[in-house]
Amino acid sequence: MMAGFILIAVAAFFFPGVILRTKSIASGRKGPAIFQPWKDIAVLLRKGSVFSDTTSLIFRIAPSVTLATITGAMLLLPFAEQKAVLSFEGDFILFAYLLALGKFFTIIAALDTGSSFEGMGASREALFSMLVEPAFFILIATFAMFTGYTSFSVIFNHFFITGNDYVLIYSIIGAYLLVQIAMVENSRLPVDDPKTHLELTMIHEVMILDYSGFDKALIHVGTYLKFALYGSLIYNLVVPAGWNVILQTGLFFAVQALFAMVIGFTESFRARNKMNKNPKFILTLTSIALIAFMVILILTEKLA
Amino acid sequence: MFGSTAFLVILALSLLVFAVPEWLKYYFTLGLLVAGIALTSSWSTGMLTGAGQAYELPLFTAATGTRMVLVIDNLSAFFILVVNFTVLIGFLYARGYLEPYKIRMNALRFSIHYFSYLWLWISMLMVVMIRDGIAFLIVWEIMALSSFFLVIFDAEERSIMKTGISYLIQMHVGMFFILVAFLLVQQDTGRMSFDALGEYFSRHRNLPLFLLFFAGFAIKAGFIPLHTWLPEAHPAAPSHVSGVMSGVMIKMGIYGIMRVLASMQSDLLITGVIILIMSLVSGVLGVMMAIVQHDLKRLLAYHSIENIGIIGIGIGLGVIGQATGNGALSLLGYAGGLLHVLNHSLFKSLLFFNAGSVYHAAHTRNIEQTGGLMKRMPWTAILFLAGSLAICGLPPFNGFISEYLIYMGMFGSLSGASLYHSILIVGSIAALSLIGGLAIFCFTKAFGIVFLGEPRSEEAGNAREAGRSMIFPQLATAALILFIGLGSPLVVKPVFDIVTRTWNLGSQPLVTGAFTANLAQISLAGGIFVVTLATLLLYRRYHLSRHVVETGPTWGCGYTAGTPKQQYTATSFAYNYNHIAKPLLQTRKEIEEIGEDEIFPHRRKFLSHSDDLFKRNLVDKPVDWISGLLKRIAVMQTGQIRHYILYAFVFMLIVLLLAMLKII
Repeated sequence: MMAGFILIAVAAFFFPGVILRTKSIASGRKGPAIFQPWKDIAVLLRKGSVFSDTTSLIFRIAPSVTLATITGAMLLLPFAEQKAVLSFEGDFILFAYLLALGKFFTIIAALDTGSSFEGMGASREALFSMLVEPAFFILIATFAMFTGYTSFSVIFNHFFITGNDYVLIYSIIGAYLLVQIAMVENSRLPVDDPKTHLELTMIHEVMILDYSGFDKALIHVGTYLKFALYGSLIYNLVVPAGWNVILQTGLFFAVQALFAMVIGFTESFRARNKMNKNPKFILTLTSIALIAFMVILILTEKLA
Repeated sequence: MFGSTAFLVILALSLLVFAVPEWLKYYFTLGLLVAGIALTSSWSTGMLTGAGQAYELPLFTAATGTRMVLVIDNLSAFFILVVNFTVLIGFLYARGYLEPYKIRMNALRFSIHYFSYLWLWISMLMVVMIRDGIAFLIVWEIMALSSFFLVIFDAEERSIMKTGISYLIQMHVGMFFILVAFLLVQQDTGRMSFDALGEYFSRHRNLPLFLLFFAGFAIKAGFIPLHTWLPEAHPAAPSHVSGVMSGVMIKMGIYGIMRVLASMQSDLLITGVIILIMSLVSGVLGVMMAIVQHDLKRLLAYHSIENIGIIGIGIGLGVIGQATGNGALSLLGYAGGLLHVLNHSLFKSLLFFNAGSVYHAAHTRNIEQTGGLMKRMPWTAILFLAGSLAICGLPPFNGFISEYLIYMGMFGSLSGASLYHSILIVGSIAALSLIGGLAIFCFTKAFGIVFLGEPRSEEAGNAREAGRSMIFPQLATAALILFIGLGSPLVVKPVFDIVTRTWNLGSQPLVTGAFTANLAQISLAGGIFVVTLATLLLYRRYHLSRHVVETGPTWGCGYTAGTPKQQYTATSFAYNYNHIAKPLLQTRKEIEEIGEDEIFPHRRKFLSHSDDLFKRNLVDKPVDWISGLLKRIAVMQTGQIRHYILYAFVFMLIVLLLAMLKII
């Protein structure tokens, strides 16, 4: 039962390091070691904290709330033929809304500092994550329509045994879409650039400017876990659940590594979108989700 | 029999509000309220825990021989409980809220206010218990009148009186539709009652009559484009009244729609699709317009429209389920809608009460003038946060449960559905998730700007926490919100029963069993979340106690002379969004351009405002047109008596001519 949860936690240890390595190799640098991001977290945990006078309780509890929502969401994802810790009809609704709860707190915590930089980041993050919501739900609705089930565990178990060979088409569109949604949700390129040095061009980074020490460590842990969370979702979509468990475990890490490398390469060879192009970019994801929906309509022979 | 006598005694005693001494008025009203609530709640709990058979309470027999009867069935019992809770909490909150008004208003104003409040409550109870058409229209009218008097309580401002009148007119337009619908039923069946609807529907096309009823009830409920009274009346009313109006009074429209639907027999598919599409439009546009509001109570009013939309989505799905023979969809749709009626009555009244406390503390409803209230009024802030999370449908609060049921109705009906149905449902899923996202955008703005950061005005800086008498009742509402969120199976099961009995869906042990289990898992997830969070926070506390913790100014990128005015405002927070939503919102800007020859420009005013497109095109423009026309006719009103004699003469001449030509 706990396999999905533990594997995501383990993958989160390698994930940020793989992204960093990919980026450094792509740009011809030597780069940091794989575990450097976690060493940074250890450093943060040893440090004290500075809080702004303006902030209130909200600013202090927000990172803990966000991390709690992400661990909650991790409990909902299955691995191979094993069901998730919590598996019920409509668990994906809880998944999406839990992550939204975390985002809600991140946004209000940014507004809590009274800084115009952070207000700006909060406004952008709120807008972009609002726009990406329909894409995820249309994607899941298409799964539900195709398999006839409404729970992550059961959907993924039945996805490949429907006997329909064209399912691979859908699997690929779905995986592509999930990668893009994960990029938006985790504030990475092309929507947001975590390495930009100017507050005015940041989205997520500017929201957490005032954090330090323990709370900042929690935020980073949350981000890494969220990456692995989406990686696990993608893995479930592309690897049939019936295969051998050892092979599955290997493939799980392979998919996670591939996902991290995709992020690394994207960030090496692509520039961030102009800020006012972002809504268009995100809404395109919704239209791709609608195309996936059409594909399924054809596959299930509703649309001849 | 005892029950109905007691009820009549309470109605009669309400007149005494005018007679009791000033200091006793509030407690006298409260006493009547509590007695009545105990009585009617016992009726409905008796109904719900009993065998599920509707029972009648004869009230009195009129001189004409017609018997006045109250009928309590499952649907009425549910609505009675919803009404009673919010009305009671609202009145408890009112004690502190009305305190500042006592200085400048005389006892008569208060008597009228309490009397109207009592009668708003009584009329809402009667609306859900009366089946007879005439009596229903009478209590429906009392409801409109009493709420009108409540809205104009603070009518020193001319604008409030104007709002009140416009509210009254729109309510009567709605009543007219209901009256016509009842007359059609009367003409056909000889009876003017909800009970006769079944007979009418069995003989005629169902859609036209339904649309008449729907138009009437939808004005009360506030479906777009019939919502125009709502964002005006809610901000004008005192906050405890707005809470009750938005929390329960607009639900009377939903009750009416549900009551009519329960008798319908054909045309179900098209009816369901109409309700669904209107609700989707109301939901999305309601929240879109909410985001650009600066007035906290107006923002909440637009959110009522959004939530009525969500309730309507549930109802629409329920009807579609009946039409397509999909019992699970019907059950989940209706149950989601009905549960959202309860949920919305809780969190929306809570939010309005908080908005009232903010108004009293900061003397403004404009959110651009507030800020930093979290430190000055922590209880109000936490309660507002709870309400915000609930209204956004986030776990572990109650809004999530009803939205979950509605979502599940949609997701569950997808496999094996027809092409048309699939497209409709996927569109609705996308819209509902967009509503969720927009609501989060709106409430991060509302909470963040009002309660967080630094105060943007002196008055906000001097704000004080609301009194205990205002906080305690709200805590009860918040507790119930959390209880429904965490213990949902306990609440959803009776709701399922009410739905299956009201719409004769037949018992569906498979669906109800599965969903009780699903909800138990959600409760478990909520529990795990709360425990994880508590552990994290405790560990955080321990960790921080062992490390250096300092305070300092917010990061200003090297600039240290920042003022609260440099903070992000509500307008700037919504700027990006405004940019995308421009075609729908039409923000109006007023600014005086700087001339080329102005070397030292003088002070200028800048104003931006988002008009309600529907109000302008459907209400303001026609009204302007009509009054323009009437003004032109007014040329005849010269004030000179000889002209009037001439008019009379011309009129008689015309009549004579027409009579000679045998036209009349």
